[in-house]
Amino acid sequence: MENEKTTPVESLDTVTVMFAGDSGDGMQLTGTQFSNTTASLGNDLNTLPDYPAEIRAPIGTIYGVSGFQLKFSSTDIHTPGDSPDVLVAMNPAALKKYLPTIKKGAAIVVNTDSFKAKDLKLAVLDSNPLEDGSLNGYKVYEVPITTLTKEALKDCEISAKDVVRSKNFFALGMMYWMFSRPMEPTIKWLDQKFKNKPEIAKANKKALKAGYYYGDTTEIFTTRYEVQPAKLPAGTYRSISGNEATAIGFVAASVQSGHQLYLGSYPITPASDILHYLTKYKNFGVKTFQAEDEIAGIASAIGAAFGGSLAITTTSGPGLALKTEAAGLAVMTELPIVIVNVQRGGPSTGLPTKTEQADLLQAMYGRNGESPVAVLAASTPSDCFYMAMEASRIAMKFMVPVILLTDGYIANGTEPWRVPHESELPKFNHELETNPEGFQPYSRDENLSRPWATPGTPGLEHRIGGLEKANITGNVSYEPENHDLMCKIRQEKIEKIALDISDVVVDGEEEGELLVVGWGGTSGTLTEAVTRARQDGFKVSRIHLKYINPFPKNLGDVLSKFDKILVPEINLGQLSKILRSTYIVDTIQFNKMRGLPFKINDVKEKIEEILGGSND
Amino acid sequence: MTNKINVNEMKLTPKDFKSDQDVRWCPGCGDYSILAQVQRVFPTLGIEKENFVWVSGIGCSSRFPYYMDTYGFHSIHGRAPAIATGLKIAHPELSVWVATGDGDLMSIGGNHFIHACRKNIDMKMLLFNNEIYGLTKGQYSPTSERGKITKSSPYGSIDYPFNPTSLALGSNATFVARAMDRDPKHLQKMIERAGKHKGMAFLEIYQNCVIFNDKAFDELTEKETKAETTIYLEHDKPMIFGKERDKGIILEGFEPKVVSLKDGKYTEDDIIKHNETDESPVRAFILSHMTDDPNLPTPFGVFRQVLKETYNEALENQITTVTEKLGKGDLESLLFSGNTWEVKG
Ligand SMILES: Cc1ncc(C[n+]2csc(CCOP(=O)(O)OP(=O)(O)O)c2C)c(N)n1
Ligand code: SF4
Ligand SMILES: [Mg+2]
Repeated sequence: MENEKTTPVESLDTVTVMFAGDSGDGMQLTGTQFSNTTASLGNDLNTLPDYPAEIRAPIGTIYGVSGFQLKFSSTDIHTPGDSPDVLVAMNPAALKKYLPTIKKGAAIVVNTDSFKAKDLKLAVLDSNPLEDGSLNGYKVYEVPITTLTKEALKDCEISAKDVVRSKNFFALGMMYWMFSRPMEPTIKWLDQKFKNKPEIAKANKKALKAGYYYGDTTEIFTTRYEVQPAKLPAGTYRSISGNEATAIGFVAASVQSGHQLYLGSYPITPASDILHYLTKYKNFGVKTFQAEDEIAGIASAIGAAFGGSLAITTTSGPGLALKTEAAGLAVMTELPIVIVNVQRGGPSTGLPTKTEQADLLQAMYGRNGESPVAVLAASTPSDCFYMAMEASRIAMKFMVPVILLTDGYIANGTEPWRVPHESELPKFNHELETNPEGFQPYSRDENLSRPWATPGTPGLEHRIGGLEKANITGNVSYEPENHDLMCKIRQEKIEKIALDISDVVVDGEEEGELLVVGWGGTSGTLTEAVTRARQDGFKVSRIHLKYINPFPKNLGDVLSKFDKILVPEINLGQLSKILRSTYIVDTIQFNKMRGLPFKINDVKEKIEEILGGSND
Repeated sequence: MTNKINVNEMKLTPKDFKSDQDVRWCPGCGDYSILAQVQRVFPTLGIEKENFVWVSGIGCSSRFPYYMDTYGFHSIHGRAPAIATGLKIAHPELSVWVATGDGDLMSIGGNHFIHACRKNIDMKMLLFNNEIYGLTKGQYSPTSERGKITKSSPYGSIDYPFNPTSLALGSNATFVARAMDRDPKHLQKMIERAGKHKGMAFLEIYQNCVIFNDKAFDELTEKETKAETTIYLEHDKPMIFGKERDKGIILEGFEPKVVSLKDGKYTEDDIIKHNETDESPVRAFILSHMTDDPNLPTPFGVFRQVLKETYNEALENQITTVTEKLGKGDLESLLFSGNTWEVKG
């Protein structure tokens, strides 16, 4: 206890911590616990799990390393941080993988028990980094975590394997001490989680406390840190990932529109969690169907939409490719469906657990014929909630398929979300047609939207399908003029959506030398990069696009007010292509596909390079 | 509910199911007969007209929904079972029918077919099997016999064909039957049985394509040969066939064999009795394979009908159970679920 007073407490604005170890070391859990506790203290935070695609990658190897990065702050933040200030490395492979990413002079906590010759060999290291000088310049804390955990749990009646497994809680306890966090939330969580295995709960709690007191009583850590709560707007908050927000967003859309929610889906990383969440919400009348493949996923959703449901299908890039033909059927039959694509690294199987923005052109144009769909993109984990609602609203109002793009980063990343009340959410509905008088399946309202007439309604029996339809009657038509008309109507319908969505808002001055244009999941990084560039005296404005087809109606105007337009994207320049061809403007591209979010500094340097010496 | 059904039964006639669209199949195509029999049976099923839906894929046969004055969805190649699945799950009270062809269902839609069978999704599936790709003008199909000469197999096809009833039985369809376009009375009976089945009802219909595969089934459908080449399966009746009903089927181990009832060696008691409702699918599977043996008559009728919980029933039950347990979903509490904390202004 004495030491608590003698160890100096340093107050920080922002800290980035990386928990890393073997996949079997429980680092995702450790990171999640640290995040939840930190969130409940009122810090703003942002997380980025980084785990291998293999379920059981070889133990101790680089492939098997699983990391969880989080940044928390006393001000509002938008990204999980570029370079960690603290790295917890449970084995040499974890140290080797993340050493190049952390700050110079960062603190490194290592589990010395796993730095034996065989561990070094598994990590393909010729010498021990703890001894060969490669950690010079860092604050290295060597802790025999496994030994200390075993010692602390020697009286517990659990298997030796379970004892060793508890070592992540020892590490978590140390970090709680180091960052002045309370243990209670995790203790409560353990009691709940292991209700039926009290011995395991007890062991983990012991390990947690042992780690905490280890920090407290030994003098090994030279500093303790404190991060004051952030000044967030008042309200009730929860920590939310993009996938959970997407799932809840669709439930909200179902409740607010009065249409039963139907999901047809085939499991694929990183989208499966949306299926996992929605299948739990049976008491909301949500119907989920785990289909035999992605084609059946969307085809069944089209069937459900014909039946009057709010019908969705969720997938990632390879699955979107399979849904192509059926998406065209939804265009032709003018049925409302939402296709969620949680983008991952491509092409082909690519990088299943990593993020990318390279499916934009696939979403825009990846169908045969003139086949326009609405394309939306969520910008942050919590924004997925609002965009899921928005995608549903647009699909039903305009009777069109909508593709909602998210990505692996915002899908799995979390942030605090000020939870809206049900009463704050919009209500929307495209009423089902029930009146047989003068009914025509392809008649049109002011939005060019056709009536939604569903089987089971007396007097409205009609046929739809993938063959070209005569406008108004919906009969099969091979008439040249009709086909021309219908192609144009389908396009105009999408364009009309622009009148129904909000204008894009410029962050910064409305005209000037440089505008940074982003879309989708890069919002956090770009916001911070631009903010920091401004702090260094650069004049730069920023917009972020969440509607890509159609674009907000003021976008052309906004672009025309700037000399230069920088478009950073995690692809080879897909939004750039669309902006150039739509508005005949030049763009400067910034493209990096590392399977990870941009580094804030990389974008900031690009901004500085463009603006040159103009920061005086 | 019952009241309503009776009224409808009295009211509806085959004409009520004819749409205003001109039928565009080739003159003499077997599809006409299937359409006519469906239109005859539908008024008798006791289902409100607005609750019938036809879903089809692509092919000559898949034009079917346009000619029925019910709800209809002419979709894309092979995907009708998947579309029908979503519709039935969303709207369990509908009577969902699929019209499909041998290319549509056995080739591009094969995956959806076996899974719809496996899951026992409550739909009625009519396979118009003409053993050819009609709409694309005559390539061999997954049900064409080996050695078939077509535009895409000028030296004879080298594929081994699927036997659709075997495939359906192997995929655990709960109703599996076969009929032919040229026997309208029997076809009507089979459509009616399929329509009344609760669960996946698969009905294969041999259908003559006059243009690209004419006479493919003549041996089975024409008066001169029919009695000797076909056998009509009837529940609980011995499997007897022949012009003079003088032949029967016995089982030697797993092998079906034709025996004569004339020479005194075998009597009716030796002949296997057909049992549609056998718990085990094995017997039905053996019968379905008689199709491929030139020495055996080809079976028509219901191979198997069993009742078990359908996918859509099970889903509704699960929704009810979970709702009883958790209470009806409340959006406000869902929004505020999980780990929440307060931030004061
Ligand atoms: C994706 C796709 N591939 C190929 C086709 C071309 N195609 C249309 S119908 C058909 C086969 C039809 O054969 P079948 O299902 O036996 O129907 P039939 O015309 O004999 O009734 C094919 C290959 C298509 N329409 N769509
Ligand atoms: S091509 Fe054959 S199957 Fe198609 S309509 Fe003509 S006869 Fe019928
Ligand atoms: Mg065919």
